[in-house]
Amino acid sequence: MAQLLQHLINGLASGTIYALVALGYTMVYGVLKLINFAHGDVMMVGVYMGYATAFALGREVRGSLLGVALIFAVAMLGCALLGFLIERFAYRPLREKPRLTALITAIGISFALSYGFQLDIGFLPGASPRAFPEVIEPKEWIIIGDRDVVVWNWQIISFLIAVGLMVALQYLVFRTRFGRAMRAVSWDHRVAALMGIPTDRVIALTFMLSSALAAGAGLLYAIKDTSVSPLMGLYVGLKAFVAAVIGGIGHVPGAVVGALVLGLVEEFVVGYAASTWRDAVAFGFLILVLLVKPGGLFGRVAAEKV
Amino acid sequence: METPALPVPEARSAIPPALRGILPVLVALPVLALFQWVTNESPFAVYLLSVMGVNIILAVSLNIVNGMTGQFSIGHAGFMAVGAYISGVMSLNLKEVALSFLPVAASDQVLFTLALLVGGLAAAACGFLVGLPSLRLRGDYLAIVTLGFGEIIRVVVQNTDAFGRALGLSGIPQYSSPYMIYFWVFLTVLVARRIAGSSHGRSLWAIREDEVAAEAMGVDTTGYKVRSFVISSFFAGIAGGLFAHFVPIINPGSFTFVKSMEIVVMVVLGGLGSTTGAIVAAIFLTLLPEGLRSAFNLLGTESTLAQKVDQIRMPIYGLLLVVLMLSRPQGLFGTRELWDVLPRWIPRRRRGLS
Amino acid sequence: MRRLAPMLLAALAVLAAACEKKTQPAPSGEGGAQTAQQAQPAPGGETPAGSDVILLGQVGALTGGQATFGISTRNGIEMAIKEANAAGGVKGKKLAIRVYDNQSKPEEAAQAATRLITQDKVVLILGDVASSNSLAMAEKAQAAGVPMITPSSTNTTVTQKGDFIFRVCFIDPFQGYVMAKFARENLKLGKVAVLQDNKSAYSIDLSDVFTRKFTEMGGKVATTESYSQGDTDYRAQLTAIRKTQPEGIYVPGYYSEVGIIARQAREVGLKVPLMGGDGWDSEKLFELGGTAIQGSYFSNHYSPDNPDPRVQKFISEYKAAYGGVPDALAALGYDAARVAIEALKRAKDLSGPAVRDAIAQTKDFPGVAGTITLDDKRNAVKSAVVLKVGDGKTEYVTTVNP
Repeated sequence: MAQLLQHLINGLASGTIYALVALGYTMVYGVLKLINFAHGDVMMVGVYMGYATAFALGREVRGSLLGVALIFAVAMLGCALLGFLIERFAYRPLREKPRLTALITAIGISFALSYGFQLDIGFLPGASPRAFPEVIEPKEWIIIGDRDVVVWNWQIISFLIAVGLMVALQYLVFRTRFGRAMRAVSWDHRVAALMGIPTDRVIALTFMLSSALAAGAGLLYAIKDTSVSPLMGLYVGLKAFVAAVIGGIGHVPGAVVGALVLGLVEEFVVGYAASTWRDAVAFGFLILVLLVKPGGLFGRVAAEKV
Repeated sequence: METPALPVPEARSAIPPALRGILPVLVALPVLALFQWVTNESPFAVYLLSVMGVNIILAVSLNIVNGMTGQFSIGHAGFMAVGAYISGVMSLNLKEVALSFLPVAASDQVLFTLALLVGGLAAAACGFLVGLPSLRLRGDYLAIVTLGFGEIIRVVVQNTDAFGRALGLSGIPQYSSPYMIYFWVFLTVLVARRIAGSSHGRSLWAIREDEVAAEAMGVDTTGYKVRSFVISSFFAGIAGGLFAHFVPIINPGSFTFVKSMEIVVMVVLGGLGSTTGAIVAAIFLTLLPEGLRSAFNLLGTESTLAQKVDQIRMPIYGLLLVVLMLSRPQGLFGTRELWDVLPRWIPRRRRGLS
Repeated sequence: MRRLAPMLLAALAVLAAACEKKTQPAPSGEGGAQTAQQAQPAPGGETPAGSDVILLGQVGALTGGQATFGISTRNGIEMAIKEANAAGGVKGKKLAIRVYDNQSKPEEAAQAATRLITQDKVVLILGDVASSNSLAMAEKAQAAGVPMITPSSTNTTVTQKGDFIFRVCFIDPFQGYVMAKFARENLKLGKVAVLQDNKSAYSIDLSDVFTRKFTEMGGKVATTESYSQGDTDYRAQLTAIRKTQPEGIYVPGYYSEVGIIARQAREVGLKVPLMGGDGWDSEKLFELGGTAIQGSYFSNHYSPDNPDPRVQKFISEYKAAYGGVPDALAALGYDAARVAIEALKRAKDLSGPAVRDAIAQTKDFPGVAGTITLDDKRNAVKSAVVLKVGDGKTEYVTTVNP
């Protein structure tokens, strides 16, 4: 029983991180119908920015609340800028072109970032993983029995952050002027432009928002697993993408639910079945979900125009 | 939406009828002579040609699904893996077997062809399985199923002792000669071009342009989609088999998601739906990393930079992709073929309407 | 018949088209090969005969999942070559090395090896770390008759590829045995769990051998769990392991994962020592594992504590050049390159067979990572040491002989 509870907590904790990354995928997809394959790598760059900031701050400052806020702020702002640049120079020129074209530039950027960060030239970090400093000192908040079940502070913190961000995003999309503009662009960006919506600005802002989210998620991830490496974006990005699809890509709460479900499925496969089959089961589960619900758990199959 | 140019029915060749019969021979002879010369000259050229051939088969076959049918498959490496492993295991087991009525070399090639076909058929069967969900799934959702399939294949291979697990299969006999590979390249291109020109191909184009309208016009969309998946994965399986027999070691790390994406890049770069485009892109992307390597070698071996530059190839490759797509968003040839974009003075097929 | 005629014609046209296309590939393929050939006589390239430089080749994983190992190896090799050149080179010639990346993939390794052999005409090839990549290279090197030394591929099958393939490290079965023996006899453990890297043949081999030997010696392996290289969350596996209450955990992986595993093991409440193999050896282990990894044991080729001046000199020079204590892979790369250089000095000429024979005669060679004697299977016979992880450094515990 305790075992089950512990697995449940672990699964939710990793699902939470997937959720934050998946939100970025889903937002961009919702607005542009573009699978932003570079998303995971933007996240990775954000984590390295946070890593550099943490070291610049030094051991004393980075443990304090101000230090943590500063680390997050630098990484998120830096990534927002990166997201803006990528959108401006790699995606915007291709907006009126076939959808797959932008996908290839996304892959190109993903390669450039993930391979570029493996170099050990200049400021680039090199291929070896680094230990991420403990900016949030791990504390055991809830202990049941003889350490049968342990819940850590960062697990609760990141869970709360994820849920909070999801609610905020939902509010942003459905209750604000900007959200209305996003939805209009998502429906049909040409008509939206005719209605006086500055589509370029809305899309750029969406990208910046999603990249900043990715940086935040990446930092939580690095704090959870205490490490950072150039290939982390590839692994996490792929899982988060799967999560977004399970939930119905383009659907905000769907991405969160999909991610939590994926986290739990992975955890239980490893905990109770064979750990070697984890990835196969995760993808098998995905295919199963799609066969039953072709648009993901919450998504609808796009209305067919005749 | 920008409507891509529809393929226009091809008019007859502009080549004088008298020449038409012997033209293939005229073209083939110097090509073969050149081939012979290159393969004798350097094993490296042979290796590069083999990689290139396999990449061409992969790109052209993926183009049938991604380009012509407009479905989005990102699990092509999975089909390649099926073909590679099945034919690899078969060749390993049949290593000592020879057909008594044939000389050893010939018997090896016969068995190799058999292994290739079995691998291709196994991949085709998987293609059928993956194509089936296309009954219900559209666009990106279908894409993610193909991705999932590719990953599942990799995990299965990694956990099966008969497939050598993480170490992979080694010691596969090196049967793949460039001749064999380019024979299959030819077959693949032939099939792809024949499909494009047939009524089957028209149906695929119809599905690509508007699936709902195609269905309304009586096109059996599911049937065509599944069929294009089967054909495409058959050739991917063959490519995998050929690949396994010249590397000659296969390992789950060779058939990852990244490999699938590399093939997608070839197809899109060449122009979705353009067979010659896929070929040119495959050749270009195979030679590009080696070209960069040659360029870097000019810097000399003494400097530390020269030792590090080999790492820089991959980020540069990524950036080049971005630049290429920005400068030619429709791919090299768009939906057209090589002969449609050649300069005017080269005799080419006239396009029917324009 | 009516339908057949145009079809035949079309087929012919397509054939013509196909041929037309084929001419296109051939010249560009040709072009590629030519650029490659042109690169050779160019200022950077050297021809083996009549030039004053001996060119060696290395293929390593400089990018991709195994990049961090490939780069360490490259540094070690580079150091050995610089030293040799400073000491006057070989046969009056300078040594140079050309390093190609294989992106951690066997087909790229085969391609790079072929290029080194046929385009760059190297006299000898070094590399790689991962056994599957080395196997791919070995096929090509053996076929071309170019000697190859792998610094750190421990899979038994690598050197079985032929008489041109050598290695300077011990093989997997020995290392698995070393740790099983140590765990059973020195640590007196009865029940252990195994956590292996399912993506790495090295890890699977070690865990198989360990499990077999440990059971033979009367111990019990309670459970075997696995992860994939690149994972960062191992809590699920560790929670499952904790259920079996083992007295130790054997984690034959690489430091890049082991450090994180150690932290998470402590986090889920596993206080027992971890054990591992030479893949652990890196100062990154201390950084990634923090205090959690302290008190764990691993088998290795050498101990950095070894007072032998040769070892100390290597460590201090490596620190000066690359900033950091060399890991086992760097030490093995250094050894492999030095074995190669010694053999080149002894060889009567620079032809493949001559160099091969010279390498095969390597006996009692004083390497940094142990004394190297190559047996008739072209494997290095050497003893292993068991090290204990301390605070930012390792402590020598014992030596196990083959």
